[in-house]
Amino acid sequence: MNQRPLSPHLQIWRWGPHMLVSILHRATGDGMALVGLAVLVWWLGALASGPEAYASFQVIIGSPLGLVVLVGLSWAFFTHLMSGLRHFVMDIGAGYELKANRAWSIAAPVIAALLTAGFWALMLLR
Amino acid sequence: MGNGTSIGRVRGLGASHHGAHQWLVQRTTAIANVVLMSWLLVSFVMLGDFDYANVLKWLSQPVAAVPMMLLVVSLFWHARLGLQMLIEDYVHDSGTKFAVIAALNLAIFGGGAFAIFSVAALAFGGQA
Repeated sequence: MNQRPLSPHLQIWRWGPHMLVSILHRATGDGMALVGLAVLVWWLGALASGPEAYASFQVIIGSPLGLVVLVGLSWAFFTHLMSGLRHFVMDIGAGYELKANRAWSIAAPVIAALLTAGFWALMLLR
Repeated sequence: MGNGTSIGRVRGLGASHHGAHQWLVQRTTAIANVVLMSWLLVSFVMLGDFDYANVLKWLSQPVAAVPMMLLVVSLFWHARLGLQMLIEDYVHDSGTKFAVIAALNLAIFGGGAFAIFSVAALAFGGQA
């Protein structure tokens, strides 16, 4: 079992946008699964536990570190959304041409960063 | 069921008998996540003020509590499949793999049940 050959990993291959978007999809997805769901459960639990619990949630999540986590989660969401939509297109068998595939691997994280900025602009401008 | 030939194995969907089930559920929960997360983020922008009273007023309405509960189910289900895939890719010892996936399932069902109960408590006006 231990002697089976393993595929070379991230540190072996020359980096390209396709690799980046692939590992970003996994990192943002599993990051949200671990951190994002914890924040969601904490938020809902604090609401259900009453004003005092909610106030301490607000203090911690409103702190500089808490805001970094929230902005990070929103970036992770939009990045995972865009690379996930890319996967849907590839699931139907489209977008495998070299140039198109490369273009969308670059576009997905860029659009995600713009959506993140747009979301926070809407949140803060209201 | 398969009789050992190639086509038989395909028709029988392999040794676990559910073939692409997880792959498909990952896609269907992903679609639900797109719809429900869009609802959540639009709601956040519309809500503006995140004071206790304001959030309570919003989330205790059926029109917000129901999509929030559905979102919890869809997110936790999708996250479970994603984390299970991560474990299957990087944890190679089969005993450890079984234990980690078992722990994952406990955390997913525990966290999901807690979140849904919390929303229900808000919607029904009780204190959790």
